[in-house]
Amino acid sequence: MTSIDPTQSLSSGRAPRGPVGTTRTTCPYCGVGCGVLATPDRGGGAAIAGDPEHPANFGRLCSKGSALGETLGLEDRLLHPMIRCSKGIMERVAWTDALDHVAHRFKHIVARDGPDSVAFYLSGQLLTEDYYVANKLMKGFIGSANVDTNSRLCMASSVAGHRRAFGADTVPGCYEDLDQADLLVLVGSNAAWCHPVLFQRMLANKQTRGARIVVIDPRRTDTAGDADLFLGLKPGTDTALFAGLLVHLADSAALDHGYIERHTSGFDEALARARGIAGSVAATALATGLSESDVAGFFQMFGTTPRVVTLYSQGVNQSAQGTDKVNAILNCHLATGRIGKPGASPFSLTGQPNAMGGREVGGLANQLAAHMAFTPPDIDRVRRFWKAPRIATHEGLKAVQMFEAIARGEIKALWVMGTNPAVSLPDADAARAALKKLELFVISENVRSNDTVSAGAHVLLPALAWGEKSGTVTNSERRISRQRAFLPAPGEARPDWWIVGEVAKRLGFGSAFDFKSAADVFREHAGLSAFENNGGRDFDIGALQSLSDEAFDAMTPVLWPMRYGDIQPQQRFFAEGGFFANDRRARFVAPEIPALRTETTAGRPLRLNTGRVRDQWHTMTRSGMSARLGQHLPAPFVEIHPADALRSGVTDDGFARVVTDYGQCILKVVVSERQQRGMLFAPIHWSEQNASAARVGALVAPFTDPFSGQPENKATPVTIVPYEYVFRGFVLSRTHLELPPHVWWTRVSVTAGYGYLLADNADLARWQPWLRSFAGSDLAEYRDFGGGVYRAASFAENRIETCLFVGPAHDAGDWGVVRNLFAQAALSDDQRRMLLSGKSTDGLASAGPIVCACFGVGRDTICNAIGAGARSAAKIGLQLKAGTNCGSCIPELKRLIAQADVATPDAPRRQAVAAI
Amino acid sequence: MSEPLVVVGNGMAAARLVDELAKVALGRYAIAVIGDEPRLAYNRVLLSSVLAGETASHDIELKPATWWRDRGVTLKYGCVATEIDVGRRELKIAHEESIAFSRLVLATGSTPLRLDVPGAGLAGVNTFRDSRDVDLLLALAAQKKRVVVVGGGLLGLEAAYGLAKAGAPVTLIHLMDRLMERQLDAPAAELLKSLVERKGIEVLLNANTARLHGEQHIEGVELVDGRRIEADAVIFAAGIRPNIALARDAGIPVNRGIVVDEHLQTGAPDIFALGECAEHRGICYGLVEPAYEQAGVLARHLAGAASAYNGSVVATNLKVSGVAVFSAGDFIGADGSEAIVLSDVRHGTYKKLVIANGRLTGAVLVGDTTDALWYLGLIRNQKPVAAIRADMMFGRVLAVPSRAA
Repeated sequence: MTSIDPTQSLSSGRAPRGPVGTTRTTCPYCGVGCGVLATPDRGGGAAIAGDPEHPANFGRLCSKGSALGETLGLEDRLLHPMIRCSKGIMERVAWTDALDHVAHRFKHIVARDGPDSVAFYLSGQLLTEDYYVANKLMKGFIGSANVDTNSRLCMASSVAGHRRAFGADTVPGCYEDLDQADLLVLVGSNAAWCHPVLFQRMLANKQTRGARIVVIDPRRTDTAGDADLFLGLKPGTDTALFAGLLVHLADSAALDHGYIERHTSGFDEALARARGIAGSVAATALATGLSESDVAGFFQMFGTTPRVVTLYSQGVNQSAQGTDKVNAILNCHLATGRIGKPGASPFSLTGQPNAMGGREVGGLANQLAAHMAFTPPDIDRVRRFWKAPRIATHEGLKAVQMFEAIARGEIKALWVMGTNPAVSLPDADAARAALKKLELFVISENVRSNDTVSAGAHVLLPALAWGEKSGTVTNSERRISRQRAFLPAPGEARPDWWIVGEVAKRLGFGSAFDFKSAADVFREHAGLSAFENNGGRDFDIGALQSLSDEAFDAMTPVLWPMRYGDIQPQQRFFAEGGFFANDRRARFVAPEIPALRTETTAGRPLRLNTGRVRDQWHTMTRSGMSARLGQHLPAPFVEIHPADALRSGVTDDGFARVVTDYGQCILKVVVSERQQRGMLFAPIHWSEQNASAARVGALVAPFTDPFSGQPENKATPVTIVPYEYVFRGFVLSRTHLELPPHVWWTRVSVTAGYGYLLADNADLARWQPWLRSFAGSDLAEYRDFGGGVYRAASFAENRIETCLFVGPAHDAGDWGVVRNLFAQAALSDDQRRMLLSGKSTDGLASAGPIVCACFGVGRDTICNAIGAGARSAAKIGLQLKAGTNCGSCIPELKRLIAQADVATPDAPRRQAVAAI
Repeated sequence: MSEPLVVVGNGMAAARLVDELAKVALGRYAIAVIGDEPRLAYNRVLLSSVLAGETASHDIELKPATWWRDRGVTLKYGCVATEIDVGRRELKIAHEESIAFSRLVLATGSTPLRLDVPGAGLAGVNTFRDSRDVDLLLALAAQKKRVVVVGGGLLGLEAAYGLAKAGAPVTLIHLMDRLMERQLDAPAAELLKSLVERKGIEVLLNANTARLHGEQHIEGVELVDGRRIEADAVIFAAGIRPNIALARDAGIPVNRGIVVDEHLQTGAPDIFALGECAEHRGICYGLVEPAYEQAGVLARHLAGAASAYNGSVVATNLKVSGVAVFSAGDFIGADGSEAIVLSDVRHGTYKKLVIANGRLTGAVLVGDTTDALWYLGLIRNQKPVAAIRADMMFGRVLAVPSRAA
């Protein structure tokens, strides 16, 4: 260990500059990059609010961001370094031992098999500083460019499209354009769910300025609900639509010939190719499956509205032709000069909080560093800046290819930081299997357990999580914001930049990794961005390279570029040209004929689209901790059009087996008109940790775009067949459970514990011994095996510990009532008595516990009669018959009268109840 | 002129019969009640409450003396009827003049069985039947005497509970493998056992009494398996025997009990029997509810109204040792039936509903008897329960919500 104390840097990262005790930070979810005010409570949590001063959100937060305070628990956290010992189990070790081990093994493997035998797989969740240090170590000092990231699955096609068109990975516009546009075109973006705060900004523009919204998506998502025009095109035909649009713009005199002339090249070839793809409205309609009137309407709107922003996201990027799609869109903006102008620009919406920061660092296998590429001048420049004689000189392997190389045994050591590729990669079962072949498999993580950890990690390194770590992130509009720590580092968790730096020192590169703080790293990163730049590269934050630690702590959100000497950052790019190719011109790109990589067949007649749901994030290791977020869509599902459902025999709320050439899942069925015929949709969030059969990544074909390497996650040929379960039910538990074999299950956080939804075909009798195997002796059971019902609850005092309901699938019932009781610290006697009914007894008349058994007269009824004046057993008997048969309750009647006599007149009943 | 109607016995059945007669045949009969207990009729069910100190002894009287007087009843308590002269329609009474009747009702009740084991005659070996027994037991409890109660049926449990509450260390020994085996299935009996044990009573099952030890006074109980339990007193509560001697000696047909028809008439004209001493269609009921039903039928019959007793669907519906217990019908569950069970042992509840052919055929409830009478109604009326099956365990208010509104 060195003398650096990472908690020092942490404390210097705390900057409570809002109200007292409140820290300004940035949300760790999507690429909108909302400012967050976090106010820690004393219990390890924090109150969360939107930062009114952050220009991304002006105080708004979406459902996920609002629930951040519920995701700070340490239950599932990895808190100490661990190494797999000779017996195969993970053992806690000291940091020095873990770091020595990692460095020693990397050194050995690189020495034996060369630098390309090792790889890093990073994450858009990492801070820029973490990214920078990892990228520097691998490319600069180990000497391989095998550094890729989950951003490859997210927006790599946008990066490639930008670079082809602009000569650099530049987002030309900014969020203000969304306020100022008159037409907002969303392509392959469910912004209402995935970028909710930005979408609200667009809606506000619609409401206040009358901007129109066009949504282009094979799915009629919630985003489409607010659209003026929805274009439900066939999957993979976006290029045709925008080729048709380019033709229309050319043919309707909507081109900006001056801009094309002065600032671009390749227009004629691109237009010719566009005419070949979709030379008319009719041809466009045919190619896209849209009606001619819708196509014409869209073309007319676009053509006649100067202020248009086209926003594109995963629907465009996650494609084997994603780069062409991006360029087809950029072509239309370049051709009209609508780029980098207020309210007029193409706009890539990034999915992750720091996908942009990763791009700036160059943490992708096909970039070198700081928006520099693997060209000899760039390599030379970075080599000199880093003083890195062994710098990598050629591109490394992109995510999918990297895992294929692992499977082939070519990559022998992998370090995964902050991501879960065993769930998120296409053909995820194959990726998971590949991980098992690694000679050295290191993971820096927040959580103790996920599918990637379970895939055979050799070393687990505990990394700081959101709220603990400190550094910067960049959002979709190039705005750099601080993530600040407002919680202490738990256990032995450390910043990722520190972990990587410590390994680098042990590899012998100490002088290049002598970082004392995140600010240190940031300054070097800013310095590299400005190094020999002179305006030749878009990414330049030279103005920030000399920030003091205090200034770094106090840094307000800032757009780049922020060149040395700049006072105000540059808002936009390219309104007057100034592209980053050698000739300073933009390139029109002639796209390939649009076609999906795969064909449907009789055996795989449908296509599987994948995506996110509103209230979950990636593989749910954070958002899954929130009970509130778990309520929206608690179970993994597949959405299907009614006609396809009818043909395949699946029914709404039933189950289906969804099969591709790569894997299979069993999912709940949602039959919906919102789904296009021929297309299924399944969300990506579930893993082996929280569902039995919902690793949707395992279904996805691993075909990638030739330029971006991004996989086609949204069009895998698929078949769906009904899957029957006899029983359905749920379990509520305070802890994670291991369910019996072959049960279909999914886990969701509920208040004060976990809920498991389940379905089963095995004998009901299996549940009792299962429950008894871990539950305490205080157990209540209800069984009607003839009716197919078994329910049970175990208690600690009068608090529910575990509650199990299993019943016939057709009458699964609702867990709402039981979940509310589960949230309580203790049940009343009445609640406990009725718990296993699963029904609410609110509003049902209750007579109270029986006093007169002969006539079934309850205590509450009797006390009410006493309160109304029946002050003798005989009078009670006259009114209620109580005590008039065997008479054995008369003593109790007398007691109740006596208690009523001493009680205050207005509370006879409470007194009586309390006394018994 | 009123007909002389004589009732032998001054227990709960007799009192209810007089009450019913006063309502339906006021003035028709001159009623005399002859009872051997030296006090007014009282609620025998409450004896254990008296023992437990929950009720005062005088509070369990069924009717005050004025009530009897107001109805013109000649009340002779502390008198033992010794012989019925069927031919002369006369009842002989020890140390008293004989009394003539036109109608005679035998409500002689029953006597606790004493086990036929060596030592059964030792001092300190008692039964639990009447208020004199209660006085004795209270004295034992006050001296913290160790008491062994023999018999794990209702009576034994009541005696044990009362003694324990009164402060005596109590061991309950029962021949069978579970308590109240005629009223409860195994889990219900197990729960009852644990609830009884929570009240400080030691319960020994499969405990077959071999002999009682002691010189003059009881000192201990020895079981067949060799176990020995020290005891200062033993209470036999292992069953009852209908009191039939009076009838049998008069030549009135008897079996286990005095045989009666649907009018509660014995084999002798104008002589009737009811309550625990009577045997109707081969059944001697040992509970108060059939006796009350019989009293109603007999009163109407004696009033000249058409009335018939067709037996009782016996339901046990009581508090046993402070625990609510109910059972009715085929609560064990015959072949072809299904059971729905709800149990919460720690909470002290166990409920089983038996369903056959879509109808409720039996039920046993321990701890929570809120819906006992609803279940009893369903067992009696045999309405299909398919529509309420999912909720019926949790009570009428949930299963038939409209009725609770």
